[in-house]
Amino acid sequence: MRNTVALMALLSHWRRHKVQLAMLLLGLSLATALWTGVQAINVEARASYAQAASALGGDRLSQIVAADGGTIAQSAYIALRRAGWQVSPVVEGEYRVGSVRVRLMGVDPMTMPPEAMTVPAIVTNLAGFMAPAGILYAAPETAARLGGGLVGADGLPIGLVMSDIGVAQRLLGMQGQISRLILSKIQPIGVPKLADVVPGLRVRPPDASGDLSRLTDSFHLNLTAFGLLAFLVGLFIVQSAIGLAFEQRRALVRTLRALGMPLSGVMVVLVVELVGLALVAGLVGVGMGYGIARVLLPSVAATLRGLYGAEVSGNLHMRLDWAAAGIAIAVAGTMAAAALHLTQIWRMPLLSVAQVGGGAAGARRLLRVQTAAGAGFAVLAGGLLLFGHGLAAGFGVLAALFLGSACFLPVAVAGLLGLARRGARSPVAEWFWADTRAQLPGLSLALVALMLALATNLGVGTMVSSFRLTFDGWLDQRLASELYVTTRDPAESQAVSAWLASRSDAVLPIWSAHIEMYGQPGELYGVADHATYRDNWPLLQATPDVWDAVAAGTGVLINEQLHYRQKIGLGDTLTLPGNWSPPVVGIYSDYGNPLVQVIANNATLAEHFPEISKLRMGVRVDPARAVALADAVREAFDLPVNNVVDQSAIKTLSRRVFERTFRVTAALNILTLGVAGVAMFASLMTLSGMRLPQMAPVWAMGLTRGALAQLEFVRSVMLAAMTFVVALPVGLGLAWVLLNVVNVEAFGWRLPMYLFPADWLTLAGFGLAAAALAAAVPVRHLARIHPNDLLQAFTNER
Amino acid sequence: MNVRVLVFLLLFTRAAFGQGFAGLGAEADGFALPEPGTALAFPRDHGAHPDFRIEWWYLTANLKGPDGTDYGVQWTLFRTALAPGDGADWADPQLWMGHAAITTPTQHYVAERLARGGIGQAGVQAEPFMAWIDDWQMDGLNPMRLKATAPDFAYDLSLNAKGPLVLQGQGGFSVKSATGQASYYYSQPFYQVTGSLTLPEGPVQVTGLAWLDREWSSQPLAADQTGWDWVSLHFDTGEKMMGFRLRDSGLGFTSATWISADGIPEPLPPGALRLTPLDYARVAGRKIPVRWRLELPAKGLDITTDPVNPQAWMATTVPYWEGPMHFTGSHPGQGYLEMTGYR
Repeated sequence: MRNTVALMALLSHWRRHKVQLAMLLLGLSLATALWTGVQAINVEARASYAQAASALGGDRLSQIVAADGGTIAQSAYIALRRAGWQVSPVVEGEYRVGSVRVRLMGVDPMTMPPEAMTVPAIVTNLAGFMAPAGILYAAPETAARLGGGLVGADGLPIGLVMSDIGVAQRLLGMQGQISRLILSKIQPIGVPKLADVVPGLRVRPPDASGDLSRLTDSFHLNLTAFGLLAFLVGLFIVQSAIGLAFEQRRALVRTLRALGMPLSGVMVVLVVELVGLALVAGLVGVGMGYGIARVLLPSVAATLRGLYGAEVSGNLHMRLDWAAAGIAIAVAGTMAAAALHLTQIWRMPLLSVAQVGGGAAGARRLLRVQTAAGAGFAVLAGGLLLFGHGLAAGFGVLAALFLGSACFLPVAVAGLLGLARRGARSPVAEWFWADTRAQLPGLSLALVALMLALATNLGVGTMVSSFRLTFDGWLDQRLASELYVTTRDPAESQAVSAWLASRSDAVLPIWSAHIEMYGQPGELYGVADHATYRDNWPLLQATPDVWDAVAAGTGVLINEQLHYRQKIGLGDTLTLPGNWSPPVVGIYSDYGNPLVQVIANNATLAEHFPEISKLRMGVRVDPARAVALADAVREAFDLPVNNVVDQSAIKTLSRRVFERTFRVTAALNILTLGVAGVAMFASLMTLSGMRLPQMAPVWAMGLTRGALAQLEFVRSVMLAAMTFVVALPVGLGLAWVLLNVVNVEAFGWRLPMYLFPADWLTLAGFGLAAAALAAAVPVRHLARIHPNDLLQAFTNER
Repeated sequence: MNVRVLVFLLLFTRAAFGQGFAGLGAEADGFALPEPGTALAFPRDHGAHPDFRIEWWYLTANLKGPDGTDYGVQWTLFRTALAPGDGADWADPQLWMGHAAITTPTQHYVAERLARGGIGQAGVQAEPFMAWIDDWQMDGLNPMRLKATAPDFAYDLSLNAKGPLVLQGQGGFSVKSATGQASYYYSQPFYQVTGSLTLPEGPVQVTGLAWLDREWSSQPLAADQTGWDWVSLHFDTGEKMMGFRLRDSGLGFTSATWISADGIPEPLPPGALRLTPLDYARVAGRKIPVRWRLELPAKGLDITTDPVNPQAWMATTVPYWEGPMHFTGSHPGQGYLEMTGYR
């Protein structure tokens, strides 16, 4: 009862300070929204990967695969069954539905272990499924997207088409071949050893996470880091709103205690109030987060498909886990933001007088602590940079950079203000600088939020622009052939090649195979010995006679991903399936490719991998004739439109994938900056309410309200400018770490860093505008304040 | 939901499961039908008949261990066709299902295998005879080597037929209902068996008698027939008998063949055999009659059967009861009891 009355009394504060309440709720729900949105996207994507991995029980059942990474003969499958091995055959490959390539998986429902049978529709129309005409099942979303006779069925991962094995073998041209065998968990008594039945096979254990999950880990870590950053920036708002509310209610708390309310009771009531507010804001935030995720998910899904070939559902499901986590983090964040203020109430002497802005001595002490902490973080960042390993260390460097600069910011601004004050010539100017400095502790959190948002924007912007510049140049070099042709079978390949030979400058066969190397999926490419490669192919490192070695079959090229991931350098020897161990003579950049890749001479490759696909070729022709030749070859061989692609079309496609990759980053960037603007606004509102006692004497000495307001406005914009000055090096540092540490660890490529000063100016303008906007309302309030209110400051001084 | 139950529900039924056991009462669209007066020809008819919807190679054995313990062994290969005829590779419409079991007085071990036709994983070859699914095989007819393996049991038996093939019904044309449903049906009831069983406790050497049934049809049951009770009897005298009752909405349809010790079949008219359940057991959640009185007045037969293990439940895609039994009364001996369609 007593607690209820106390709660009502404390809550009455919010009725009188509606803007403060709005700030608190807005800050908290924004923070929760960004965090939750990112989590929702990650969870949705992971669910898609898990479903892809669980297709056919791949997350629980072992598989038998060819040790050399190739296919298994159907006769070997029958031999295993006849020896008692309980295995079920799967054939898979790329299949074209209209103009889209999908993964087609053929299965045998009769032998499939029950835990692998994840698609109920197969069973309900088994006869139709196994009939020679067959049925092609796909996830309803995929079937609706692609059409092409696909039938929607539950239990299938996005982007996968499933059919009977006989149908799939025919559609993929893989008659008599099996891609892999699903191994039942329980085998009969006395089954002979695998190698004694069929040599050259090996058992691959179940894979709970799947390749996709591993490949995309870094991408999701990036998103998570962004979400966390946004959440922290949001908490600054919460911190300042709670700070003000507690400050203003000290008198009330004192009264309650004077009336006999025990301190513990006050604390309980305050915590209940905070948790209640956090729950409300958390719920709103989760709702908003759902909205953000819904808007961003299709773009993220497109990115993942383009970049990793990972199929993620574009439909967002409301899931209890991230919704609950969102509310929990809202509560936890609120309590963290309020912790300092709660301790202050706990320690507050019964008859303490409210104090606004600590003493000058306290402020100086705080600056010393901040300097020390900032230095500590700087050392930590340096240490991690020098001695750390892996993506986690990369993000550790980023975190230390952020925290260190957050600590340094007030110190730097105080230093700048000190310098300015020394140059001040008039009493008003002197007061202006001294007062600004006195305000610094109250504003510093908002400034830190702004600084972090600006630095992130700078850093990410620099990375994206650097990437774009590098990528464009690289693409121009890499795609040197004017046309790329894909045929449907080897015979057609020869015919097309012969037909093109007389009509172009050169036909360059591109052979390829997908194999497993170093325990991960990888690609083998075979190229012809031609000036096109010698002149254009972008190499990062190479031996002097690199192309001669490749042509002679005495060396291979590897991509940067393989170079970084397996720490393989020039002159090292590769370990490839089929007992092939060629030396590395060159390393090339391979942006946007999640897989490790090896390039060898066509003949050498075919020697080691006879079943290699020989269906692709590049065509050199006068660029002016490229389009006409593309049409001609399509017509001559009745090739599907997408089997003949000209260089510019590929470039457009690649750039589109690239742009999408960073669209989400850009969106989060802007949202973060928005949150920082709100934080600034909240702090200024708070301060303007608290600073009347300091303004009143200056007003009394003759400065008009208008002049005071002007000074306040200038002060805000100037502080924002100082913040930007600090943010600039931090942002560039961030970009450097992203390009040289995080990207290398996450994607396996290192990019040169370019500077874009014009972008800096735009961002500075934006930051100052945000500060001006945030200052406008409190300044207007000050300009129109009733003189009586200022007078009251003298009589009311608590 | 068990996938394989669905598999076979689909294979055997199109209307409803109520339409005969395992859908054997379904229409025979496009499939060949048994014709009375057709002479069976061997070895051709030991092989598969892909134009008929269903077919089986069904062997049951009553065995004894060195200590006198009773054992039962079952080895069955079922063929069912999605469409009549053959097809190449995976396009073959024939599906195969193998059932293997060992019954002991206290345990009943069951295993099942499924396979597509056309790829060599399962099939039957008439000459030289071989029926197989995976590593299970029925190799030769006389002598025969019979093998099956499962995670918890295995067996390897050698069989020798000490008598001729026996044609059931009228020269192998076996009528199953008053409205004329029928199948081709012949047996080899004279196998003598030696071999070994592998059980979780270890290997057991066994000897005994076995009975092979061969049957194919496209629509062996009438629409209202819900299941059957079937027996094969080895009398101590060396005589044999096959008898069954098909249950329907009315009195049921019974049929029997008396086989002399030298293999001369004597088909008995419908209704001559009387089967009366004496005791029921709770098996797999169903009430199953595991003790029977069999009366065949024409032969002075009046016996009572007792199962070696009342819980001989075949928990397979299409579940049923199949197990060894002894019988006492006018004509003592041992045999096998099969009961299908109990729910």
